[in-house]
Amino acid sequence: MTIELQPHIDPKLIPILEKVHDPEIPVLGILDMGVVRSAIMKDNVAQIKITPTYSGCPAMDVIGDDIVSAFAKENITAKVQLVLSPAWTTDWITPNGRKALEEYGVAAPLGEEADKAVLLEGKRIVKCTNCGSTNTKMISQFGSTACKALFQCEDCLEPFDYFKCLK
Amino acid sequence: MTGNIMKNENLVQYIYGIADNALILGQRLSELCGHGPSLETDIAGTNMALDLLGQTRSYYQYAASLVGEGKTEDDIAFLRTERQYKNVLLVEQPNRHFGYVIARQFLFDVFHLLLLQELQRSEDETLAAIAKKGIKEVSYHRRFSSDWIKRLGDGTEESHQKVQEAINDLWRFTDELFHMTENDMIVADEGVGIDVKQLREDYYRIVKEVLEEATLAVPEIKYFQKGGKQGIHSEHMGYLLSDLQYMQRTYPNMKW
Repeated sequence: MTIELQPHIDPKLIPILEKVHDPEIPVLGILDMGVVRSAIMKDNVAQIKITPTYSGCPAMDVIGDDIVSAFAKENITAKVQLVLSPAWTTDWITPNGRKALEEYGVAAPLGEEADKAVLLEGKRIVKCTNCGSTNTKMISQFGSTACKALFQCEDCLEPFDYFKCLK
Repeated sequence: MTGNIMKNENLVQYIYGIADNALILGQRLSELCGHGPSLETDIAGTNMALDLLGQTRSYYQYAASLVGEGKTEDDIAFLRTERQYKNVLLVEQPNRHFGYVIARQFLFDVFHLLLLQELQRSEDETLAAIAKKGIKEVSYHRRFSSDWIKRLGDGTEESHQKVQEAINDLWRFTDELFHMTENDMIVADEGVGIDVKQLREDYYRIVKEVLEEATLAVPEIKYFQKGGKQGIHSEHMGYLLSDLQYMQRTYPNMKW
């Protein structure tokens, strides 16, 4: 298993990788999610390494298939490899990705300390993605997917997802 | 020192010991999908099942690569016989009621997190990587189950009584978590496996803290049951496996 702290991505491959999105959060590209750890051309084959957000994330198999077909459209053979180390963290979501999440209706992860205050002490600092109020409460630590918690806004009453901080 | 040198087969058996706990508990939690007492707890249970099955896949894929001979993760999950599963008795106990599910989860989560915190320093870098990844997930599990132990324990008279009975009933399975098999010792001597005996003190300290906060009594049971690590399971295991393995047994080599 190779350990790569900084993703190594060949700039020429970026336009193709940009076409692949998270099947569960379709507004989020896999590059903005930070799951692509390495992408290089070797002997005319695109060698792509991705890392799962959560161990059981069912999106990983789909993402792998989507990468292969995105490259196939450009007549490039791609080989996708899953790497576990270093483990994914929400810090790898790019500013662009965070913006896309918020627009989609998923509150982007706060820092580690703030996250704990929210999930453990019930602090009201997560911003409602609908009205922007921070008068919000957690309904469930686990939401529609493993990476999200379920929140509700006490002002506009809309429920929404919060992307849990993972360090 | 056992004086034995670790072979591939020792490592594979060691991986089964860890991974089978995750598979079987994941299977138990999956059974609850659509049957939780509320939508939120239902989703939480299935999410934890998903984490555990994800971890299981990583372990089994690694084990399959060590075994070679064209073996896959599916062969390991679906085509072994009961005696070949090395999970502890605790995780195979059935879902009697929500308090029971939470008690089982809590008693395992405390152990699971301690184990992974050690395993992340394993000399085997694949196991270390799986553990590092798992720690992030299992921290959430432990938080969830600890919260519910407190909520039920310090809740109504009925919830208190039910969760206390569950803790009392499951307590006899906790000691097995800290048993070292001969194989465990061989793998631990190489710096690859974990000496789980060392986790015992921390485990009971953490469990007691949470139980006390939940106004629950710490059982004073001296009789413990064991056998899962040797493949000698309780009667529930056979039923669980017949569900788990049904598709592969009925339609051999089927794929999703």
